[in-house]
Amino acid sequence: MEEKLYTISILTEDKPGLLNKITIIFNRRKINIRSLNVSSSEISEVSRYTIVVSLTKVDVEKIVKQIRKVVDVLGSFYYEESEIYYREIALYKLGLQVYEENKELEQLIRNHGAKIVATENDQIVIEKTGIKQETHELYEALVPYDLLEFVRSGRVALSKSKRRTEAFIQELETSNSNSLSIKEF
Amino acid sequence: MSTSTIERTKEETKASQQVLGSEAVLKCLIEEEVDTIFGYPGGAIMPVYDSLYGYSDQLNHYLSRHEQGAIHAAQGYARSSGKVGVCFATSGPGATNLITGITDAMIDSTPLVCITGQVASHLLGSDAFQETDIIGISMPVTKWNFQVTQADEIPEAIAKAFYIAKSGRPGPVLIDITKDAQQSSFEYTYKPCDRIRSYHPYPELRKEPLEAAAKLINTAKKPYLLFGQGVILSEAEEELQAFIEKTGIPAASTLLGLSAFSTRHPLYVGYTGMHGNYGPNVKTNECDVFIAVGMRFDDRVTGDVSTYAAQAKVIHIELDPAEIDKNIKSEVAINGDAKQALKALLPLVNENTHEDWLEEFHACDRIEMDKAIKKSIDPASSKMTMAEVIHKLSNYTEGKSLVVTDVGQHQMMASRYYKFDHKRSHITSGGLGTMGFCLPAAIGAKIGAQDREVIAIVGDGGFQMTLQELGLIMQYNVGVKILILNNEFLGMVRQWQQLFFDKRYSFTEMQNPDFIKLSESYNVPARRIENRDELEDAFDNWLNTDGASLLEVMVEKEENVFPMVPTGSSVSKIRLE
Repeated sequence: MEEKLYTISILTEDKPGLLNKITIIFNRRKINIRSLNVSSSEISEVSRYTIVVSLTKVDVEKIVKQIRKVVDVLGSFYYEESEIYYREIALYKLGLQVYEENKELEQLIRNHGAKIVATENDQIVIEKTGIKQETHELYEALVPYDLLEFVRSGRVALSKSKRRTEAFIQELETSNSNSLSIKEF
Repeated sequence: MSTSTIERTKEETKASQQVLGSEAVLKCLIEEEVDTIFGYPGGAIMPVYDSLYGYSDQLNHYLSRHEQGAIHAAQGYARSSGKVGVCFATSGPGATNLITGITDAMIDSTPLVCITGQVASHLLGSDAFQETDIIGISMPVTKWNFQVTQADEIPEAIAKAFYIAKSGRPGPVLIDITKDAQQSSFEYTYKPCDRIRSYHPYPELRKEPLEAAAKLINTAKKPYLLFGQGVILSEAEEELQAFIEKTGIPAASTLLGLSAFSTRHPLYVGYTGMHGNYGPNVKTNECDVFIAVGMRFDDRVTGDVSTYAAQAKVIHIELDPAEIDKNIKSEVAINGDAKQALKALLPLVNENTHEDWLEEFHACDRIEMDKAIKKSIDPASSKMTMAEVIHKLSNYTEGKSLVVTDVGQHQMMASRYYKFDHKRSHITSGGLGTMGFCLPAAIGAKIGAQDREVIAIVGDGGFQMTLQELGLIMQYNVGVKILILNNEFLGMVRQWQQLFFDKRYSFTEMQNPDFIKLSESYNVPARRIENRDELEDAFDNWLNTDGASLLEVMVEKEENVFPMVPTGSSVSKIRLE
């Protein structure tokens, strides 16, 4: 079966050590995590993990079920690329002098939908939000200008479904069954 | 003072009781109806042990001789009694010595609460004396773990620990408590845990899969049922029997399912897996409907998964949703507790018999008898075989003893030749295959089921991994009957070397100590026999001794366990000899 990029979205209690409990599930099966992001969600004390992996559908389903077994995991779901809105953010550092000497850079940054977010210490920092291909294109474009530093965040994603996390959590609180966390949500 | 005033004063005291963390641990255990603890003291858990000194009327603590002994004993206790096993250890090496047992309990779904001491919270991460990150180390092998750094977290942590350990698919939980948390006082109250919003251990049975399963079962021509430990864990023995009898379906057991259904029952067709019986292995690949109850399709059961029951429609009754479709894809998955599922399924299935199909199993039995069993239990050799000794022991005890085994050839022989006829009678290290499990687990099993005759069947190799627990037997008069089947070899490894490694017996021959003297030095009466004609008399003395006793039987050095499904082969390709 063919491997594909899947985005796993996990809702958890905000507890220390939980990140480790989730990542060891991947480590044990020698699955490389392409990107990982942990943030708060719209519900207080509920965290949202976004993990990108390349796996077959059968394997991603198994992983998601293993993640659901972790106590303090409220829900775990997987999505194909077409089922989510997703972005990454990238920062690029250039020398101020290079920027000033190459007038075309201002246009280039604008054309890429990026912006300068800091100018100090003889350096400028450019920020670009988008999908990986877009941040990579800007990276390629800036390399000839003596790119000093580059960093890209993990993917953050929201599903296209009209679900309300709050309703899901409420259901969890009142139900005795674990079939809730299994059904597609 | 009137009675009601006294009552009220008591209640108030209870409500505003200032208690040390160390004492709170014990109070919580008593709230959870614990009366038995296995453990080993050390620096970081000394406050708990100090409090324990004043609780010996309510808590029986058994001092092991090694933390691994303590945890295997807790496992044996849990599995014989159906309660949660509890064990104490100190930080650092004490805690790491628990890891093998915790891992074993995880893979064999045994409910345990392990409480470890930890260095004081201000020393965490400083590489202090006997500091280790036991939370990090135990993370992949516990169902849940938690570090307590403040005394007032203790009641909630322990309440959660018991709830998680015993509910749903059971498993081990570890609570690590820093020394300062044990030594500080707080206002103690206890509230048992019966709900965690992120944890839903009992799925509600859904109607559709039950009906779909019943339809398949009712129209099946060659149905076959394989049950596992899920039946024992959910106490579904009676429901299983009722289901099998109503449907007339031939039923086989996994290694850990043994004793959930009587081996004497006419519909019992044997046990499956690498060294299982011939019929249930080959018929797996001939049946039309395959009903798996409370089992997880371990690779030692399935062999090659691509051919396993590939022709059959598989109905999988399983509590843990992650096990469904993990190894074997099911046609119908019933996600639920085995007892509830079988109860719900019973009225939906038709009364039936499958005489011709059952006869096919019996035909296989005759082949197995001729080619494998006869020469094992009635060997031509002058030396006794393991199979023969266990076969005779089974007859002698009428299959009523609680048998605890270690890992290796004797384990497979016991699962093949001990004819279980009493529920909760088989305890072994199945998933992990932990040598050294037997002796301490048998100790725990006896303490958990004092009215049962507990027999520890162990090889000379495994016995030497945890024989120090003879000390526990001596100190507390635990009446375990120990049977060492001594072939002076690591027999199972030797068998594989013979079959798959050109008879290159690399480091499998053992020079052993005098087990009789060793046993006697622990005040456990012992006898060694070498001849067949001594066996009956040896059983008489060994099993009728008050308290613990040890029997060492010298057996054939190069006996092999057959039938055998070579690793990765289809179960149809089982070798009879």
